[in-house]
Amino acid sequence: MQVNKSSNALKSGAIWGFIVLELIFFSIAGEFLSLSDKAFMDTENMLLLLKQSAPIGIIAMGMTLVMVNGNIDLSVGATFAIAAMILLDSMTWTVFAGLGDWVIPVAWVLALAVGTLLGALNGLIVWKTGVDAFIVTLGSMLGFRGLVFMVNGENPTSHLNWTLVDFAEAKFLGFATATWFLLAVTLVIWFIMAKTVHGRNAYAIGNNREAAVNAGIRVGPHMVINFAIIGFLAALSAVVFYSESGSVNPNDGQLYELWVITAVVLGGTKITGGAGSVIGTLGGVIAIQLLRKGLGHIGADTSTVNLVIGLILIAVLVLDRQLNVRGKEELKV
Amino acid sequence: MTDPVLRLENIVKTFPGVRALDGVSFSVMPGEVHALMGENGAGKSTSMKVLGGIYQPDSGDIFMGEKKVTMSGPLEAKSMGIVFIHQELSLAEELSVAENIYLGELPRKSFGRVDWARLADQTNAILKKLNVSFDAKTRVGDLSIANQQMVEIARALTVDAKAVIFDEPTASLTDAEKVVLFDVIADLKADGVGIIYISHRMEEIFKITDRISILRDGQYQGTVVTADTNEEAVTQMMIGRALDLSRNATHHDLGDVALEVRGLSCGKLYQDVSFEVRRGEVVGFYGLIGAGRTEIAETLFGLRDPSSGQILLDGQEVRLHSPADAIARGISLVPEDRKGQGLILGMSCRDNMTLPQVDTLKAGPFVAERAEIDIFDQYRARLDIRTPSWKTQAGNLSGGNQQKIVIGKWLSMQPKVLIVDEPTRGIDVGSKSEIHKLLRELAAQGYAVMIISSEMPEVLHVSDRIVAMYSGRIMRTFTSDEVTEDNLIQAISGIKSGQAA
Amino acid sequence: MATMTKQQIGGILARQGILIAFAVFMIAFTFANPKFLSVDNVLSVVRSSAILGVMALGVTFVVIGGNLDLSVGSMMSFSTIVVLDLHDSIGPFLAIPAMFAMTLCLGAFIGFLVGYLRLNSLIVTLGMLSAIHGLTLTYSGGKNMDIADKEGTWFSVFGQGTALGIPVPILMFIALAAFLGIVLAKTAFGRKVYAVGGNGTAATFSGIRRARTVFLCYLLSSGCVATAGLMQASRSLGSQNTVGQGLELGVLAAVILGGASLLGGSGTIFKTVIGVLILGFIQNGLLLMGLQFYVQFVVTWVIIILAVWLDIAAKRGKLWSPLA
Repeated sequence: MQVNKSSNALKSGAIWGFIVLELIFFSIAGEFLSLSDKAFMDTENMLLLLKQSAPIGIIAMGMTLVMVNGNIDLSVGATFAIAAMILLDSMTWTVFAGLGDWVIPVAWVLALAVGTLLGALNGLIVWKTGVDAFIVTLGSMLGFRGLVFMVNGENPTSHLNWTLVDFAEAKFLGFATATWFLLAVTLVIWFIMAKTVHGRNAYAIGNNREAAVNAGIRVGPHMVINFAIIGFLAALSAVVFYSESGSVNPNDGQLYELWVITAVVLGGTKITGGAGSVIGTLGGVIAIQLLRKGLGHIGADTSTVNLVIGLILIAVLVLDRQLNVRGKEELKV
Repeated sequence: MTDPVLRLENIVKTFPGVRALDGVSFSVMPGEVHALMGENGAGKSTSMKVLGGIYQPDSGDIFMGEKKVTMSGPLEAKSMGIVFIHQELSLAEELSVAENIYLGELPRKSFGRVDWARLADQTNAILKKLNVSFDAKTRVGDLSIANQQMVEIARALTVDAKAVIFDEPTASLTDAEKVVLFDVIADLKADGVGIIYISHRMEEIFKITDRISILRDGQYQGTVVTADTNEEAVTQMMIGRALDLSRNATHHDLGDVALEVRGLSCGKLYQDVSFEVRRGEVVGFYGLIGAGRTEIAETLFGLRDPSSGQILLDGQEVRLHSPADAIARGISLVPEDRKGQGLILGMSCRDNMTLPQVDTLKAGPFVAERAEIDIFDQYRARLDIRTPSWKTQAGNLSGGNQQKIVIGKWLSMQPKVLIVDEPTRGIDVGSKSEIHKLLRELAAQGYAVMIISSEMPEVLHVSDRIVAMYSGRIMRTFTSDEVTEDNLIQAISGIKSGQAA
Repeated sequence: MATMTKQQIGGILARQGILIAFAVFMIAFTFANPKFLSVDNVLSVVRSSAILGVMALGVTFVVIGGNLDLSVGSMMSFSTIVVLDLHDSIGPFLAIPAMFAMTLCLGAFIGFLVGYLRLNSLIVTLGMLSAIHGLTLTYSGGKNMDIADKEGTWFSVFGQGTALGIPVPILMFIALAAFLGIVLAKTAFGRKVYAVGGNGTAATFSGIRRARTVFLCYLLSSGCVATAGLMQASRSLGSQNTVGQGLELGVLAAVILGGASLLGGSGTIFKTVIGVLILGFIQNGLLLMGLQFYVQFVVTWVIIILAVWLDIAAKRGKLWSPLA
């Protein structure tokens, strides 16, 4: 028992320790290798880092909920692209021509609604057909991407609304709009998971599904709600990001699921469900972003980032395995 | 006379290849502790699953009071006031004690929030009644198995229960914890709750129950008043005449020592275990669950590394690092968990049977399927395995036939030492006595046989010698002449011979 | 007994379901466009499916063994880039075995992690997807790789050659499928793969070395990926770093369509080949009907979910999940 407890404590703290290590490493290495004169731990640089963490981070919060619930969602990148497409395209629709800047909230609501619906659709299929979430969302990853193309063809969609850009580029108390969104989402999902009946039931389902069913918890609706939430957050992520950039390519958001799942697993969420927290996930998101920025800072290119992140993900699993070995007397199966 | 809280009438339930329940009827009065007894596979847990709505009966009725009810699932059973204390723990380990006790019924505040304060108060009140050492916020995964069982029991106290079903609740409890459990049962009884108590332990049954209903092979054998009966009469009803469980009286010449274990220990699982098994001998290992018997078998089969001690085969010390090592040296293990460890349910009977020798049965680069079918046919005939064809998936056979496939699998390896762990758990009486006969025959042919069993009549029936274990240690080894039920029970309860009155 | 036969009937229906769906599609497409079933068109579909198909053969072993492989796409990019680069530096004779050796090392690494260290295969191969992509970019320096003398090399035979009037990629696919089909169905190794995927614990209790079996599945899969990389490199004689990106999804889709359960223990090479062909013919049929390439994404989505759903429904005897 004791070993178990300490390893749990170690695990929940590990990601923040890792972040500190990264900061020290890149600060020192940066002195020798960096091309710029700026220190790595420059405030401006750190604030930018938080802002850049937002698109992945917002989705990762939803993924934490879905994975704790015992499912997985591979379709978030495609949902992200659809929402972005709806957001930018709807602002040019003639029905909304008379709205002026009021078209912005309308476009936001439309994009978020589409994301939520697609998420709920995934959840409904998982619930009603009994097909594993991995397969369902693997399919919809393809299908949703197909929808993006069908809606808008193969060309990028662009629309810059300057009011929107101003909003997205605004800063409040030093934090960018995107950062505020990330923090707000983290807080809300933390509240849901730690404080609400729905959140606690989600843990119970992921932890021991049969026990949850026997206790009369309605597993299906909980799953649908969680998939709807991650769909909503994938759309919110797109809304936050594309308000500023104003142009979306149909292939945008590809491999997002990879980054998001990496962040969630780094943050200590159990792959099989039942354990995990958004605080750990926030750590995972920041750790990944630090790594990308840090490697850039010391002159490494994107190829190294991919290599390092992949290997770190595996190293975390190996470490976790070593911490959980119960000793020699364990049954060797 | 008051109405029963719960009444089952003529329940029938069939599964592919087996008639699990064949006319089960009994009733539980308010304030009664009603024992449900029967051997493994007699239909106790199936009856309870019908009662809980997990299975729907083919025919027959369930009444609560006057009213006929249909159970559509666990939720409905719960809403009617039927509470189950499961034998297999059904807890969410990552959650707290309080959340587990109120699983599915967490108290709410506004915005769907959990009312933690109320939850803690309610939970602590229940825990106080149970007199346990942990509190509401403890993570269940950090509790001992016995304490987890107490959490399971605490669940029963949260609802306005009309009937509570205890399924082997004392299997992992210490004596002190049992006392607490019996107090809880007495309280429920005083409140007029009807209690169904499933257990194999005669001592408990005669201590706390009012009436006993007995099942055998899915058939209802009758209900007796506990005060008017005794252990023999109940055993007689449970076992019937079909099963010969007389003492083993065969004496034949024993051969050399095939397997010897000296001072073997494996961490906390068992310590300083020494014994030998001769050719032609059946050695029974008897003890409570958790006494370390299965773990010894797993060590001998290369699945656990011992922390100290020696294993000798034919006088030679061996080190067994994997089942492949053990198999190569002539050890076979028929494991405890037939479905989890013994069989690949989606594979054909033939492929299951020849799996350990698939590397050696070769025709050129391929598996020699003709030879496989020959082996299968040979053991199908010898063990009387009833299956439509070798192609049938193992998962579609009845428990007894599945077990025979596993036994055939290991006999076909021609082992020197055959270890069987709970070989008759959950199978019908007919197959049971066939397996007993087979084990005796194998010994007569010169095999060294180790049998682990939790059923005393079985151990007494087949063994030449009996090793009694308690809490990871061998307490005493009996020859079939000196063993009695009393001294065997004492040995496995941790009472050293001579200390007992 | 009655339930058993019902189950068997359900099982047969589910098995044949894929073939029936396949037949229906073929007939519908043929009505829509008679050219669909012409020899030229069929050959071109099989040929364009061959690379994905060869990868799917390997992944079938991994999936039957109870694991996943999401890294085959980026591993295929790696093989393609490496063999193209080495072609000009050490010549094709040495380039091919060198590339195979390097790709097999990657497979061995994954096999070690999943087999011997017992790590979760989904996360390991997700990490390897990223890591191998990084490795490829580092190797190539981010540049496209081209063979200098495209006319004068025999290397193009694996992608562009024909033998007996049949394109070489098709022959390679058929030969490999036949070979691996026999390995899976008839050898001791194949039997162990089913056992380990069906019930790993029981397999261990039967003396099967589970770790080694899983390891060999990944090694075999990487061998198939290397073959696919060779075919890709030979067909185009030049390549981007991302040539295999996303292929892991098509591969998994084909294997799942073929009816292999992601839980392991079931599936066959023949069914995977059917899965590959279904995907290929749907893509082709939709294009012949004048639809855009992305329509196939949506159609594939629907088909995958329907296929797996019907399979599960047949097993449980109910269309809808009883989950509350």
